Amino acid sequence: MGRYVVRRLLQMVPVFIGTTFLIFVMVYAVGDPVNAMFGERAPDPATAAQLRAEFNLDKPVWQQYVLYMGKIFTGDFGNAFNGQPVTELMGTAFPITIRLAVLAIVFEILIGLTLGVLTGLRRGRPVDSGVLMFTLVVISVPTFVTGSLAQYLLGVKWGWIAPAVSPAAPANELLLPALVLALVSLAYVTRLTRTSLAENARADYVRTAIAKGLSRRRVTVRHLLRNSLIPVVTFLGTDVGSLMAGALVTERIFNIQGVGFQLWQGIVRQNSPTVVGFVTILVIVFLLANLLVDLLYAVLDPRIRYV
Amino acid sequence: MTGTPAIEGPDETAALAGAETEVERAEGRGPRSPGREPGERGQKGRSLWSDAWHDLRRNPVFLLAGLLIAFLVLISLWPGLIASQDPLSCRLGRSLDPSSAGHWFGFDTQGCDVYTRVVHGARTSVTVGVCATLGVAVLGSLLGGLAGFFGGMWDAILSRVTDVFFGIPIVLGGLVFLSMTGSRSIWTVVSFIVLLGWPQVARIARGSVITAKQNDYVLAARALGAGTVRMMVRHILPNAIAPVIVTATIALGTYISLEATLSYLGVGLQPPTVSWGADISAASQGMQFRNAPHILLYPAAALSLTVLAFIMLGDAVRDALDPKLR
Repeated sequence: MGRYVVRRLLQMVPVFIGTTFLIFVMVYAVGDPVNAMFGERAPDPATAAQLRAEFNLDKPVWQQYVLYMGKIFTGDFGNAFNGQPVTELMGTAFPITIRLAVLAIVFEILIGLTLGVLTGLRRGRPVDSGVLMFTLVVISVPTFVTGSLAQYLLGVKWGWIAPAVSPAAPANELLLPALVLALVSLAYVTRLTRTSLAENARADYVRTAIAKGLSRRRVTVRHLLRNSLIPVVTFLGTDVGSLMAGALVTERIFNIQGVGFQLWQGIVRQNSPTVVGFVTILVIVFLLANLLVDLLYAVLDPRIRYV
Repeated sequence: MTGTPAIEGPDETAALAGAETEVERAEGRGPRSPGREPGERGQKGRSLWSDAWHDLRRNPVFLLAGLLIAFLVLISLWPGLIASQDPLSCRLGRSLDPSSAGHWFGFDTQGCDVYTRVVHGARTSVTVGVCATLGVAVLGSLLGGLAGFFGGMWDAILSRVTDVFFGIPIVLGGLVFLSMTGSRSIWTVVSFIVLLGWPQVARIARGSVITAKQNDYVLAARALGAGTVRMMVRHILPNAIAPVIVTATIALGTYISLEATLSYLGVGLQPPTVSWGADISAASQGMQFRNAPHILLYPAAALSLTVLAFIMLGDAVRDALDPKLR
């Protein structure tokens, strides 16, 4: 197991370098940040040259990349073009987005698992077909549509909640955005649990457990459910990527000033250090989540052995 | 321990790589489709495909999805059939007017006829979905298939490249990449989706080619002196393509949703291209739908229904092609 972890971590290194370099090239090679800073006016050549030197923009892209990465590993993400350290922006943005994502995952687990178990144990009944139709519809409606509709109905028409979230974004104001964010994944969790339960219900070990005279409840909870949850747990890990994407959209709709908001500000103002810094962190999170999934597989399912 | 579910790697669909024999298929279908006529299975040459088609034709979900998609394709090709007006002729004087005779869905902020725009938006969504899916399927199965077929160094290199592109979440990548491009047409968005979407198919294709490669009949073909190209085209491709088709069909719906999401975020399609996502974005700007919900609801309904149709199609195709689920 230890060797496997080390090998996977080593494999992650080239992928991390490749991915971040791709993003770096896109942001720095395609746009010209210095021109963007001056807006409509043509920049004074001397000032422009000074700025380029200050932000290493006069060097070739690969050299800029190496310098940038070197700094990142000392915790220095550089300054945004207005002089504010990027880490400061991250300090305010990340806690809000993490709060949103954690709430969404809680919704996924609570509602998704409940619905999945409910339908998985009652295959073919009206409850089953009903929930299945529901998941199909939920998967089909894009997050930004659900969000806009929820905002219109609950926030504007019926006035149950404030249509926008306040800058501090306390947890109770994030409940609705988190539910909107969770919906699509929640439907996938439901379907996965249902399929997995139904598949395992015919397994030999379940029949053995019943034959031993165990109560129905014990067979379901200790034998069937435990084994059926393996794919669900790993799904939650791979889902981090789509949660990220969803968070960008949800934050936009409900005006939450988290990572998506800062990233958007960075892009609109062509503030390259902000954009590259935030995206780098998000890519690391995504890669680590994928690694965690692979490791969870080995831990949860003893039949899988890695050397 | 007989009958214990097989141990599967992270990509489950790879297991359905057509490796199953006729016997396994027959066993697997036991509980869920009892209505098969006796003797039918005895016919010679019933492939996975004819089995799948047999099931699909009887699946109400597939028929419903097919009907919806046929309609969508029809109005994508000839929007004039049901909407005679020009989606770009707008009069500010009619801004946000509610529905009236001849203008069933009312007018949007710019005074454009919402019904006409909803109808014309279908072409954009269907084009993006179909082209992006074709591109992803071709590029993904080519790169993934080659990696799986040749193995060794090629596999190592191609798999790392796949991982690099897989490491960028697609909406995040869109926000960064597409915002850097000045003007974006349908083809910009399609190329972007193909650029970041192919790893998903490549992983599946690689797994299923590796499974197919290990079959005895492939060894037999090699022993009989079949060349590399013949092996790939005649023996491996037909037996490894099913999971790719399933993945691609399901992806089609999500790509339509992705284009709309990108357009909503302002990094997707731009006027004069008519896009449901962009129209919903315009309706949400400063919550203009507050007093005129119709500018939000109609494009949203059209978009959701379209995605639903393609997701239902994907679901039905997967059920038909994946013998494990029978």
